[in-house]
Amino acid sequence: MAKTALQFQHNGRDVAIFVDGGTNLLVALRELIGDMTPKFGCGQGGCGTCSVLIDGELHLSCLTLAEMVAGRSVETLDGIKDGPNLHPLQRAFADNFAAQCGYCTPGMLMAAKALLDRNPQPSRAEVVEAISGNICRCTGYEPIINAVLAAASGGRARA
Amino acid sequence: MTRHRGRGIASVNYPIGMNLGGDPSQALVHSNPSGKFTVALSSIDLGQGMKSVTRQICAETLGVPVEDVYVDTADSDTGPHCMGSFASRGTHRVGNAVMAAAREARGVMMEAAAEELEVNAADLETDGRGNIHVKGAPHRSISTKDVAIAAQFKQGKTISGRGIFLVPLSDVDPETGEMSPATCYAHACLVAEVEVDDETGEVDMVRMDSAYELGRALNPRLVEQQLVGGAWMGVSHALYETPEPYYPEPVHGPRDFVEYLMPGPGDICPHDIAVLERPAPDGPFGAKGPGEMCANPVLPAVANAIFNAVGVRIDDLPITPEKVLRAIKAQGGARPQPRR
Repeated sequence: MAKTALQFQHNGRDVAIFVDGGTNLLVALRELIGDMTPKFGCGQGGCGTCSVLIDGELHLSCLTLAEMVAGRSVETLDGIKDGPNLHPLQRAFADNFAAQCGYCTPGMLMAAKALLDRNPQPSRAEVVEAISGNICRCTGYEPIINAVLAAASGGRARA
Repeated sequence: MTRHRGRGIASVNYPIGMNLGGDPSQALVHSNPSGKFTVALSSIDLGQGMKSVTRQICAETLGVPVEDVYVDTADSDTGPHCMGSFASRGTHRVGNAVMAAAREARGVMMEAAAEELEVNAADLETDGRGNIHVKGAPHRSISTKDVAIAAQFKQGKTISGRGIFLVPLSDVDPETGEMSPATCYAHACLVAEVEVDDETGEVDMVRMDSAYELGRALNPRLVEQQLVGGAWMGVSHALYETPEPYYPEPVHGPRDFVEYLMPGPGDICPHDIAVLERPAPDGPFGAKGPGEMCANPVLPAVANAIFNAVGVRIDDLPITPEKVLRAIKAQGGARPQPRR
């Protein structure tokens, strides 16, 4: 089958790749662009570790056809830090011991970023809701919830 | 429909490591010419923090800053042998091996420093900040970096050490069947409070309170993160996950994360933890380790709490709504037990 030319923005940078029909965004990001931050967990939208932002909206890259992001902006965990400085969410995850094995962490961070971008001062319930599509085996979620609340507006979250 | 509250308690006595074949782990420590140290292991850190803890143990034993130690692990082709990361053995077994290796390396380091300072090695001490000096005379000092350079380029010494920890094999007494399966035990007690819906059979966690005695906590934040996270693995085993829901019938097994149930962020409850430190005589700096014990007491405590709430004893896991509902029906309704 013929490959399709695909252009989109990847973490603010224009990229152009050739994809086979049916290639999903996760494979395109990892294998064609070399951005290994979105992880392959289940490949069917059940775990959340492949989460990315498309035009600022949270999406599961394993369930998104690569061709659907033509002309759009894709943000992954690789793009959220500012040069050598960690994003406040990354800092808060480290400070709150919100990662153990780390496999869920990219998806958790992107889900949390999607939340804070539209709601800078979320309640605890809103944080729980925002990460409820992501599963974690190690942390028991509590440190992750605390980290997101700590990062929200520099820690001034509503109760 | 009524939601019944119930409280259950469980205590565990948990052996650290195992006895079979002596349960050995090895470590190798060597200095680089820069005065930094590398610990070679093949023990796997799955996120529990073993790399951090073995780094601390090595730095403390050598008497150097923790920043000067690098732990290189997870490759069994290049690292010395390790039995594995299981049975809560990492801190205790691997930590002891690292301590032994670091002690031997420290001996060579002090000899090399003594040669440079022209004193007896027994008169030297480390300051923990990267210097070695004569006891009582801090001005007669040499940095570990200069010692490493002298050892490497002048004295022809390798500042290195080998360590292994091996538990003496305990034979079974043919008369009594007695043996000593472990040298070191950790302890825990956990109280679980649940709410059981007698119409749906669903069990919600309300809160947990626990106390863990795990030797000296070498890294209290890592201990806490394991206890918090591990408790939810226990809840998950108690209430949600199984590859064989109708065991021994293999039917209706889950095929993916959508069907294999695990608690999500909306299912968690407050958990208060008290860590009690009673140093183990044979542990590295008195450590035993949290490990699997994080999850173990949760299962019986939850089962007991369900009995307390509705009067049904479920003795196979996980305790699904279906099992709770069938048991409530079989006894003709919920029978809340007295709460103490």
